[in-house]
Amino acid sequence: MTTTPAAPSTFTPPSRGRLLGSIYAGNSRAVLGRGLLATRTSNYWIILSGFFEPVFYLLSLGIGLGSLIHGVTTTTGQVVSYQAYIAPALLAVSAMNGAIYDSTWNVFFKMNYAKLYEGMLATSIGPFDVALGEIAFALLRGLLYAIGFMVVMQVFGLNLAWTALLALPAVLLIAFGFASLGMAVTSYMKTFQQMDWINFVMLPMFIFSATFYPITVYPQAIQYIIEVLPLWHGVELVRGLTTGSLSWGLLWHVLYFAVMITIGLIFTTKRLKALFLN
Amino acid sequence: MRAFRGNPAGQSSGLGSYPVPQAVITASSLTKKYKDFVAVDGISFEVAPGESFGLLGPNGAGKSTTMRMVGAVSTRTSGDLSILGLDPNDHGPEIRSQLGVVPQQDNLDQELRVRDNLIVYGRYFGIPARQVARRADELLEFAQLTDRAKSRVDDLSGGMKRRLTIARALVNDPRILLLDEPTTGLDPQARHILWDRLFRLKEQGTTLVLTTHYMDEAEQLCDRIVVVDKGAIMAEGSPAALIKQYSTREVVEVRFGSDRNAQVATQLDGIGERSEVLPDRILIYSDNGEAALTRIVERGLSPMTSLVRRSSLEDVFLRLTGRSLIE
Repeated sequence: MTTTPAAPSTFTPPSRGRLLGSIYAGNSRAVLGRGLLATRTSNYWIILSGFFEPVFYLLSLGIGLGSLIHGVTTTTGQVVSYQAYIAPALLAVSAMNGAIYDSTWNVFFKMNYAKLYEGMLATSIGPFDVALGEIAFALLRGLLYAIGFMVVMQVFGLNLAWTALLALPAVLLIAFGFASLGMAVTSYMKTFQQMDWINFVMLPMFIFSATFYPITVYPQAIQYIIEVLPLWHGVELVRGLTTGSLSWGLLWHVLYFAVMITIGLIFTTKRLKALFLN
Repeated sequence: MRAFRGNPAGQSSGLGSYPVPQAVITASSLTKKYKDFVAVDGISFEVAPGESFGLLGPNGAGKSTTMRMVGAVSTRTSGDLSILGLDPNDHGPEIRSQLGVVPQQDNLDQELRVRDNLIVYGRYFGIPARQVARRADELLEFAQLTDRAKSRVDDLSGGMKRRLTIARALVNDPRILLLDEPTTGLDPQARHILWDRLFRLKEQGTTLVLTTHYMDEAEQLCDRIVVVDKGAIMAEGSPAALIKQYSTREVVEVRFGSDRNAQVATQLDGIGERSEVLPDRILIYSDNGEAALTRIVERGLSPMTSLVRRSSLEDVFLRLTGRSLIE
């Protein structure tokens, strides 16, 4: 050996409480750090392309269709321009898209082909560290898209109230929710065909979740179905904040995402444990 | 760090110099079942600190499953297992923090450069960034990959990837290094480079546990091996002791053509201590191979090819199971 003897390592193995001891080492930042380092080798243009999708919708539908529509009534009874109506919905969608991108297809690849988690879980890291770190990384892209979109909204004068600032933490919450559930669902997927089901669910949800018009146009039964889906909660929450149509009801949407995040984290962790620590 | 520390004077890594070697791995009646399939069937063994211990067996013998249980990433069905005095059922992360794992298939991070692979892996163990950067450079040196530090993993040769995987496994300064078929699929030159690296670790007192189906690998690297087949241990001992116990000093390999081997075998009675008839050749076990070969020729049998060689673990395995290691 050519190297001189180094000092004995000074780090100590993390020890946690019994409950989380086997699944959490308190080191999800190492997983997040890995994700950030890995983006160095990825194609920035591809990352950037995801941002433009909702922008194109805003330009085409907002300007095109918007010229035919004069004012839409929000849930709280406020009348706003069509552009100001769909912009917050597209903001929620951009957060969702970014979060879903990394937490589904990329996770699917890392899990089944790159054997990334297998390597991670051979270290002192636990499945909850992996879940939290990967989900945090996935939501970052959602947050990035959303911030970009907020700037576009500001430029077009579509942020109608100061509470639009609160839309930022709101989109963070939304991205977290989608990343969390997205990774949980992906962890159960075994084939590419199954992955296509995710797209099959995402598209109708994008179109029907009060994105382009109020859901009151639907029969009551359909409205209930849409109100179960996460994007509707995201759209309503963000729309309330950017248009300034505040109500205590917004807190239900926050609660919805808190539950979604929790469920996603629990199932992702369980699944990682079942797959790689069996 | 342990992997790089020379042995302090007066303390060798050999087994004998430890007054009472406390086993770093103790398995007793270790069993793993998948539904109806028994992958590991009640095996028991101990590994002493500084020892180089091998699990030798064919594919499907339960070696990898055993390694996964020892690596605290697979839960045993029954039996007892203690790694560094801890039960992996209760202390998985603590145990894993002190292990280095080289899996059968490289699972290097393809999205990261060579040096970043080491750094990120060290971060998984919670090693501070500055410390792990220094460690990464030492390990690149050790793995003879310093000039490839910024390369993509994909651009490395098979042998280089393997060395990087071993370097990665050393990043947390492990007390035990687990290697699952470390040289499978490598060309002879790459294997020898790898053996050299592993031998250095062994010399420095790193506890090595490796699985292999190459007898030459086991002979080169292991102080002690267990021969496993169908999830059970068939024999245990040092390579030399196993050969002595289960084989003769030398072996004569003769070929009479695939059609004639079985027929000729009956005419070889009395030559050597015993023989094995394989589809492509006949093995005759004798302490004096040349003499045995002379007697074969004296009987008027003329083999197409003949070879006298020393007995190897392959012969031990054949004796114990009636089958070849590599099929």
